[in-house]
Amino acid sequence: MPEPFRVILFIIFVMAFAGLNAAYLVWCERKGAGHIQRRIGPKEVGPYGLLQPIADGIKLMTKQLFLPKGVDPILFMVAPLMVMVPAIMSFCVIPFSEIFVAREINIGLLMIFAFASVNVLGLLLGSWGSANKYAVIAGARCVSQNVAYEIPMLITTITMVMVTNTMNLNEIVRLQDGWFWHWYVFRLDISLLMPVAFLIFFVCSLAETNRAPFDMAEAESELIAGTYTEYPGMGFGVFFMGEYANIVIGCALTTILFLGGWQSPIPLDFSGFLGVIWGLFWFLLKLYALIFTVIWIRWTYPRTQFYELLNLSWKVLIPFSLFNLILTALQIKIFPWL
Amino acid sequence: MNGLLQQDLNQETFTINLGPQHPATHGVLRVKLVMDGEYIVEAEPVLGYIHRMHEKMGENRTWAKFLPNCGRMDYLCALSYNHGYVAAIERAAGIEVPERAEYIRVITVELNRISSHLLWFGAFVLDLGGFTPLLYAFDDREQILDLLESVTGSRLTYCYFRFGGVYNDIDDSFITGTREFIKRLRERLPMYDALVTKNIILIKRLKDIGPISKDMARRYGATGPVARGSGINFDVRKHEPYSVYSEFDFDIPVYEEGDSMARYMVRMKEMEQSMRIIEQALDKLPEGDIQPKKAVKMVKPEKGDYYHAVEAARGSFGVRLVSNGTNTAYRLKLRSPTYSNLSLFGEATKGMLLPDALALMGSLDLVIPEIDR
Amino acid sequence: MSGYFKELISGTKSLFIGLGITGKYFFEPVVTLQYPHEYLEMTPRYRGHIELIPDEETGEPKCVACGMCEKGCPSGCISVKGEKRKGVKGKVLTKYILNFTTCSLCGQCVESCKFDALRFSLDYNLASQRKEDFIYDLIKRLKEKS
Repeated sequence: MPEPFRVILFIIFVMAFAGLNAAYLVWCERKGAGHIQRRIGPKEVGPYGLLQPIADGIKLMTKQLFLPKGVDPILFMVAPLMVMVPAIMSFCVIPFSEIFVAREINIGLLMIFAFASVNVLGLLLGSWGSANKYAVIAGARCVSQNVAYEIPMLITTITMVMVTNTMNLNEIVRLQDGWFWHWYVFRLDISLLMPVAFLIFFVCSLAETNRAPFDMAEAESELIAGTYTEYPGMGFGVFFMGEYANIVIGCALTTILFLGGWQSPIPLDFSGFLGVIWGLFWFLLKLYALIFTVIWIRWTYPRTQFYELLNLSWKVLIPFSLFNLILTALQIKIFPWL
Repeated sequence: MNGLLQQDLNQETFTINLGPQHPATHGVLRVKLVMDGEYIVEAEPVLGYIHRMHEKMGENRTWAKFLPNCGRMDYLCALSYNHGYVAAIERAAGIEVPERAEYIRVITVELNRISSHLLWFGAFVLDLGGFTPLLYAFDDREQILDLLESVTGSRLTYCYFRFGGVYNDIDDSFITGTREFIKRLRERLPMYDALVTKNIILIKRLKDIGPISKDMARRYGATGPVARGSGINFDVRKHEPYSVYSEFDFDIPVYEEGDSMARYMVRMKEMEQSMRIIEQALDKLPEGDIQPKKAVKMVKPEKGDYYHAVEAARGSFGVRLVSNGTNTAYRLKLRSPTYSNLSLFGEATKGMLLPDALALMGSLDLVIPEIDR
Repeated sequence: MSGYFKELISGTKSLFIGLGITGKYFFEPVVTLQYPHEYLEMTPRYRGHIELIPDEETGEPKCVACGMCEKGCPSGCISVKGEKRKGVKGKVLTKYILNFTTCSLCGQCVESCKFDALRFSLDYNLASQRKEDFIYDLIKRLKEKS
């Protein structure tokens, strides 16, 4: 297939994936929350409430895009896109399977982090533009939270890059070929703290995506809806989709770095089309297992207090990730044959 | 003009209206906050959004006609309010209450107290951002409501007590149901403990947050779990025993710390004590009438000034009535506990962060209709 | 320093315990009632709005229009009218209107009734968009029921 067609096809796929994924993650979230709380969750629209996200989407889309008095119209309208677009862009380098990737570029990991930091800018602009005091508080929280959590996340990522010697995501997955104990999370021979690094990375990705228990920016019992307080209809909808797309990116990255991406846990490889499906299956399985954990966490814990969140980052995550970095460096230096 | 502009530029604080419609205020309470960033410089609760003149209503209707109003002030612990009013009238008019009726009152009020605390527990954790414990607590609370409904006929705004007794007798199915419920709740409380109380996030959010000193609690007249969380050992049930409370063996949980965690723990422990009281009352439940032999017809308390306080779920609820010997009150003053408990909010939250202040507010267990009356 | 690690370990443990509890409940059956599809039976003592009790023989209301319920109602939502008829002892009920919009369901009417002519209905699915639908003519209701 000629390259431009492939890319266009893939972009269409990615956008459809991001949209549908957001819609059905909401369904999963509501269903999951329901069962955790011993109720059913959505069930009226369609079988098992499966059409509920569509109904919600239509409802959001038909709402008036109302501009409250005093908002900065440009920032207000652009902000949701600044959350959504980088998330979709990041999908381009995520390898869903060995060849099922839009662009296999050498700095894929770096690119995702570059785009991920645009997300917080979108939230900040949105909250500033809405000229609402609650939103401004949320925006300020959002920025300091993201700054604090990007550090341990990047340190952990550097550790992983040190281990893999590449920022090509596909290459990283290929390095974890074979049995499931070749996945980096189980590679204690590389670094004794590998499972801890995995936890740190996962917690940071929760905080980066503003998910509970770190959902300071939304904090419905304190700031009403935080950043989204003034957003009507699809303005809110796009934020929402962006948020879920970011969760997927975070979980996909965790899967790729630590859980072997599209590798199956047993060394069983197929070639051709079946191979693509096989890889896709394992990737999505791991991805959604992680996403389910994210949902599960949200419906279990209360929200952290703001300074506790920063304390966790500065007193626990950063020291541990730095220690992990040094330990890994030493282990690689001392046992270079591993 | 210039001066105004200057003032605006120099202003480093901003005002924020928390409410009257805000998810954390659980009703129509408005708190005017002057904030410096996320720090609260000044907090002023603004009341009166659902003032319904219950006290005035008491002055223009017969004593008996005021009964349904009681349940509508504190709708979460309506039976305590029923009890307070009925007991005040009984004291004023000198009505004897049969023992069985007193026992039934104690059982139902304590059940109601547990249901109120369960709801508070859920709503408090909801304030802190945890949604799931709310629904678990509601699951348990629903059992109590079913039990109380089978006796009183309603689920929330009970109007069950009458001058001199209660309206319906309890039956065996209620007694076995109550025993089963106590067994169930005893199994559930450790779950709440593991899921919420011992959760590190919750401990971090409550421990040493929002301290209310003994002195501050005294000055503002705080009662109930708020005072007991600040180390004031005062419970009307124990220290001015009314009804048949003096016959039961129960403890008053008191915590010295005065922080939000202490208030939280007081209520969690109170549920256990309430269960103890209910069990003893069920064991000792005497046979007999539930209304006085000589039916209470028109109540006309003698001329005078009467006061009776009961321990409601949120603190000491007092009824002061001034009678001029007719069948309506000359003056009916209701002392509701949350009003005093809330009034310390302004002083206690000075210099506090917004989320901490909301945690403190949640730990006060506010019921807005009771504040406004 | 040891306190730091102790707290870290116990804190992490508490988080996993919490996940365990919600995870366990995830697989347990739901406890909610699917309300519009399923209904609850009300307990016999349920205090709904009031209704008249018919005389078992004649099917006519037992009410003698004494007006005690009207007098005892704190919200003033009951209005009773009766008339003298030839050949009948006492009064005959001609009109019994309950204004349910102001009723507080306290049950003082039922208590004040000395003729055992009032009871609580077990209806609880009351919903309408019109206020007038809640001004009940209880005599009409009784006739419709029988």
